[in-house]
Amino acid sequence: MSKKLLLEKAHVEGIRYFDVYRREGGYRSVEKALKEMSPEAIVEEVKKSGLRGRGGAGFPAGMKWSFIAKPEGVPRHLVCNADESEPGTFKDRYLMEFIPHLLIEGLIVSSFALGSNDTYIYIRGEYAWIVDILEQAITEAKNNGFLGKNILGSGFDCDIHVQRGAGAYICGEETALIESLEGKRGNPRIKPPFPAVKGVWDRPTVVNNVETLAAVVPIINMGGDEYAKIGVGRSTGTKLISACGNINKPGVYEIDMTISVEEFIYSDEYCGGIPNGKKLKACIPGGSSVPILPANLLLKTAKGETRYMNYESLADGGFASGSMMGSGGFIVLDEDQCVVRHTLSLARFYRHESCGQCSPCREGTGWMEKILKNIEYGNGKMSDIDLLWDIQRKIEGNTICPLGDAAAWPVAAAIRHFRDEFEWHVLNPEESQERNYGLAHYADPIHVPVG
Amino acid sequence: MVKFSEEQMTEFKRLVARYPEGKQKSALLPVLHLAQDSFGGWLSAETMDYVAELLQITPIEVYEVATFYSMYNLKPVGKYMFEVCQTGPCMLRGSDDIIAYIGEKLGIKPGETTADGMFTLKTVECLGACGYAPMMQLGKHYREHLTKEKVDAIIDECRKTAASLN
Repeated sequence: MSKKLLLEKAHVEGIRYFDVYRREGGYRSVEKALKEMSPEAIVEEVKKSGLRGRGGAGFPAGMKWSFIAKPEGVPRHLVCNADESEPGTFKDRYLMEFIPHLLIEGLIVSSFALGSNDTYIYIRGEYAWIVDILEQAITEAKNNGFLGKNILGSGFDCDIHVQRGAGAYICGEETALIESLEGKRGNPRIKPPFPAVKGVWDRPTVVNNVETLAAVVPIINMGGDEYAKIGVGRSTGTKLISACGNINKPGVYEIDMTISVEEFIYSDEYCGGIPNGKKLKACIPGGSSVPILPANLLLKTAKGETRYMNYESLADGGFASGSMMGSGGFIVLDEDQCVVRHTLSLARFYRHESCGQCSPCREGTGWMEKILKNIEYGNGKMSDIDLLWDIQRKIEGNTICPLGDAAAWPVAAAIRHFRDEFEWHVLNPEESQERNYGLAHYADPIHVPVG
Repeated sequence: MVKFSEEQMTEFKRLVARYPEGKQKSALLPVLHLAQDSFGGWLSAETMDYVAELLQITPIEVYEVATFYSMYNLKPVGKYMFEVCQTGPCMLRGSDDIIAYIGEKLGIKPGETTADGMFTLKTVECLGACGYAPMMQLGKHYREHLTKEKVDAIIDECRKTAASLN
């Protein structure tokens, strides 16, 4: 049984409300932080904890905090990124919906550490009902003296505001989010300047994911060193994994990053195996942007070692034979699924969500979708597969923001590991309309080209 | 002529007050949601001009935002809009069949509205409900674990609600 730090109390009846949450030990970290600690000491604890950004990039949170500029007389802002939009990812929603005060508590402590008197939660527009849940929690916290002026007599003032987005995946990218928060199109900014120097309204800004900010609560309560003891290596603490696709028990699981991928998929405590006795074909372990892996490379690394659910192990082998932890969106495909069709679906997603600023992404995502459509619907040519490979390579690394990479990687990995399935579609245009390819004849992981 | 009611105006002021002075443009996205909800479920040029005037920004600043974000409707939509997710994880759980079934049942294609103005079918990209797929957004809430039977029940429910409102 994995240690739970975030969701341990998520199913206590009425935990959504302040009184129950407080009775269960909530807001202790605010008392500790504001009464006993300095902002610098809080940043230090977060650094010690080894907490890495839970939105997808995995950047050390304490280090990100320490970058914030502190020019005299200029307000600073903390912005919570609740624009969860990466296909396969629904963990932040779960946390906000069931235990909203945990986020509010983490936000108050983090705002104090960063000196943010006005903190914003930017939430994706579709999570409309969660806006009400969060605003209710904020009002309750305020009524109980944990928000507003002079919190707990510390002299620290803080308000939290919830801003709804309006349907744009790109706004999960922190500079696009800042643009959107300023009432503009979500076009990512060129960095530098980084938000820590020039963010929202040109003020120093830190943008952190929901889960990252919630994790500050246990870090302050138990201390950074204790938190760092959970997990393994540089994968400290717990991670929320949202599991979906062809599994018996889709849902959000909190893991301590020491369990194997195999255990996560097959044990009854987590995904509960594949429905109807089907075989595992492939998996995208960290949200749609990260490379898809065939079953053999998912469960074991290219070296034949057991693969674990943590940052390092999932990335073992690089893109040649590994993948990434990403956002923790765990998408499982069974033997009946078609990799070409699934890749087409993701390509359509990225074409739809490209902001259109950079031509490699704007044009490339559209071309990839068109070519994949041709292959999927029996109109593909063998040369299309190489063309796809060529396009994705020309998008990767050539755009202002990582959406370009995010669009390129799924296509690259699908071709790298399932090229035989693409070829089968091209060679069997009619049969491929009638049935799917089935389990892949997996490429030898040692000899795959790395783009 | 479009104009916020007193109650809507109070909400408008609450939204603007969340941002620093002179940064009222930041309220544009939430204000457009309010305007869309207040004026028939879509944003006409007149509505967008009105929002521009209220926020003291140029109309183009509103148009460029309204056309960027997928939740703003730039033409009239049905009373009930079925926004069905079609992205990878939902596709793995049969969203293609659900979309086809709704289309067949209502006699419309994605992007279309029924002749009586009751239903619009829209395909959307990932809404963050991948573990509860297939799913759709209906108004403020999600409808998850969709089956054909559930779709039937939702359509009936909408028709009954509409009839009771008339």
